[in-house]
Amino acid sequence: MSRLQIQGLTKAYGPIRVVDSIDLTLQEGEFVSLLGPSGCGKTTTLRMIAGFVDPNEGSISLDGQVISAPGAVLPPEKRGMSMIFQSYAIWPNMTVAENVGFGLKLRKLPSDEIRKRVQEILEVVQMGHLAARYPAELSGGQQQRVALARAIVVKPAVLLLDEPLSNLDANLREEMRFEIRRLHDEFRITTVYVTHDQSEAMATSDRIAVMNAGRIEQVDAPHMLYTRPRTRFVAGFIGRTNLLPAQLRNGEIGFGGIAMQAGQVPGAEGAAGGEILVSVRPQSIGLHRAPPGGSSPVLEGVVAQRTFLGETWDYVVRAQGSELRLRATAPPLQIHYVGERVWMEFDPQQMAMVV
Amino acid sequence: MSEAPALPRAQAAPIQARRSGRLARFEPVTLLWVALIAILLFLVAFPLGKLLVVSFETRGTGEFTLMNYVSAYGRSRYVDALVNSLRLGLTSATIAVVMAVPMAWAVSRTDMPFKGLTWAVVLGAFILPPYLSAVGWILLAGPNSGFINLFWRWATGADGALVNIYSFSGMALVIALNAFPLVFIFVKSALDLVSSEMEDAANILGAGTWTAMRKVSLPLVWPAIMAGFIIVFLEAIALFGTPAIIGIPARINVVTTQLWQFFEYPVRVEVAAAYAMPLLLITAGMIVVQKLMLARKGYVSQTGKGGERRPIKLGPWRWVAFGWCAAVGLMAVIAPLFVLLQASFAKAWGRGLAWDNLTLANYRLLIFEHDMAMTSIWNTIWFSATAATIAVLLALMVAYIVNRKLVPFGEALGFLAMAPFVIPGIVMAIGFYAAYASPPFALYGTAAIIILAFAARFLPIAYANSSSAIRAVHPEMEEAARILGSGRLHAIWMITAPLVRKSLLGGWLIVFIVASRELSAAIFLVGPRTRTMSVLLYDLSEAGNFEVLAAFGGLLLVVTMVFVGIGMKLVGRDFMLRRN
Repeated sequence: MSRLQIQGLTKAYGPIRVVDSIDLTLQEGEFVSLLGPSGCGKTTTLRMIAGFVDPNEGSISLDGQVISAPGAVLPPEKRGMSMIFQSYAIWPNMTVAENVGFGLKLRKLPSDEIRKRVQEILEVVQMGHLAARYPAELSGGQQQRVALARAIVVKPAVLLLDEPLSNLDANLREEMRFEIRRLHDEFRITTVYVTHDQSEAMATSDRIAVMNAGRIEQVDAPHMLYTRPRTRFVAGFIGRTNLLPAQLRNGEIGFGGIAMQAGQVPGAEGAAGGEILVSVRPQSIGLHRAPPGGSSPVLEGVVAQRTFLGETWDYVVRAQGSELRLRATAPPLQIHYVGERVWMEFDPQQMAMVV
Repeated sequence: MSEAPALPRAQAAPIQARRSGRLARFEPVTLLWVALIAILLFLVAFPLGKLLVVSFETRGTGEFTLMNYVSAYGRSRYVDALVNSLRLGLTSATIAVVMAVPMAWAVSRTDMPFKGLTWAVVLGAFILPPYLSAVGWILLAGPNSGFINLFWRWATGADGALVNIYSFSGMALVIALNAFPLVFIFVKSALDLVSSEMEDAANILGAGTWTAMRKVSLPLVWPAIMAGFIIVFLEAIALFGTPAIIGIPARINVVTTQLWQFFEYPVRVEVAAAYAMPLLLITAGMIVVQKLMLARKGYVSQTGKGGERRPIKLGPWRWVAFGWCAAVGLMAVIAPLFVLLQASFAKAWGRGLAWDNLTLANYRLLIFEHDMAMTSIWNTIWFSATAATIAVLLALMVAYIVNRKLVPFGEALGFLAMAPFVIPGIVMAIGFYAAYASPPFALYGTAAIIILAFAARFLPIAYANSSSAIRAVHPEMEEAARILGSGRLHAIWMITAPLVRKSLLGGWLIVFIVASRELSAAIFLVGPRTRTMSVLLYDLSEAGNFEVLAAFGGLLLVVTMVFVGIGMKLVGRDFMLRRN
């Protein structure tokens, strides 16, 4: 059953449409990320879901009931949601236990019950021993755990997270990422997670909605976004890629003097012919010192530039007979020198045609 | 997993039930916005507008005329007063800068000893009301019986006086001694942001400590020095107490004392209004200049970054620096306070410290016998407390609406709340008189007109304070409460209020303290039964009984110190000297 449904949602400030007619549906218990560069409208979308921002067009429904529409917005306090903020927003004038118990108190639970639930949830986030502390005495990661506990303990209809990890250092960020996913696996709360960090979105989400300039470009499972990007933006934003101009003619895709069956390239089936764009991941390109055998398309070139990144070599190869410059990665022991002649082997299955 | 609270659905139920309720959100904040605009117009815009209108009206008929301006500037005596005011402002501001800049540099950048004492002196000068230091300096440097002159004649056998406080330079010095903390605070906080590396860079290129200070540190804080200069200048030209106590006997007429004379019977408000216009224009203009100056951030390294700060080692020169601070402290606080206290316990102050000269009679007279003294203390406390409460509550609501952007054009509220900052107190008082003294309001002689004038006059202090307090509370703090189920007002009450309580208390106390010593606005608005301590003190100074006057000054200081003490205890030691 769909829990949260967003239809044609739009927010404009003057002539600028920061959120431009987006549609998104979350199933009960689903974890969906809104991923995009800063200014793409993801936080505004989240704040509209929370009820802090009124939409100009479209609607948001929770369990089939409209909670946001132009001129009719249910205030945040009546939505039964909870939210984790970028600044954590842990109230410094209350102890950890008081912070976590705040929502339960508003729900008029008996104080014994509140104490029991607060203690339980603090154990879950491994903060049980710090219940009596004040926020100023906690580290950033601990404050984050308090924020999580405070949001989860009320059993929200939807949990909203607004870049919750952006203020943590790298190691802690990685740890908290798995913590958030673990809590989701445990409680199955329908979750909307806003982030600009793709690995964060990949580690936590069931599905990711990639946003750009106020629009949703593609909603898909993380591995599908990577292997089957549908737009140029998604291909470039999720992982690194070579975007190659190509021609689609007579069921064949061609670029740089080579051609392949369009049927083999994802996204190209049934596409109209003409000038198209193909995304080729750097690690899908095989580099060889001699022409490889087999039937794969191969392009000859010269190494123009190289960078050693530790886990891989990053080569830029200039294709012979065309203006194409392609990025290709290779394992640390596969060493090519600048100026060396190489043969690039392509795998049509790992490419994608994008618009 | 099995230990985890069993979650789904049960608890969400009551909240979901409420969801079916009213969807449309009516924001009562719009209504509040309209009410606040009305109040601010009443407090700020109407008195000022009335002042302007009255200055162009014929008394009685209300016809348009320019005669008020002719009367106000038609006599050379009146024009001289304006020139005197400007000269006084420039002289006082120059003296204050000369006194305060070395002190600020020594405290901020060097290893000068006893910095705590310097702070105490600055705070002391800040707390001491200007008219009290004027009285203290009359006792010290009166031409006939001032202690300095007595000592001079005794030591040299000379006939004349070494110093005469009843002079232009005496008046300028007394004002500067009272106002230099303003320069000190400006310059010190600017110097605090100059990194040692700035000086190191000069040193490594061959500049000594002295050259580095002259060529690098001081030029970097030049805008702050100018800003301090302007503030002291504006204080000096708007000051009533010191020019009245020292200048009137010395026959030096300035704008503020001239305005006071227009208020002597028969009261000529319309002429006073016309006469006050240059003061208003100069003040507003200078504040704009000062703002522009401080806004040139590229000039000053105000990032606060850029490495460590080490105190400069002055060697033996640090005692010279300390000597300078001590001398200023002695003149500004210790000496005047000492002679005041001495006089307050003396039968005759001129006889100095002696057992048979000691008495409590002055205090007894004021506390038990004087018909106005205790009333005025009570008046001062409740006028100031009410005004501070009004100012802080108003400022808090405006600051909240402006900072949270709750209404479009909220900045209009902020602008109105800050506007009194560019209005000299004495001008504001005349505006209040013109607007509310006569029917239909008929507030003359009531407590209300004084309280409202105080609240309006100090609204900018309260607003700056509230605004920084509100800004310090991240909006997400409230949003976190709302999404968990608390309404806007409940969230403000539970989350925001406790977080801003302390700084609001600080703001309240500052408004209370400055209101409790306010003279230049009060003197135009008090009636026979609504005299404040400051006004009564001025009355006593006209009577010339210095022992009783000193004792009353002592009582005023006790009242002030009690509240300063409460502030230091509850809010923090430096609560009065923070720069907002």
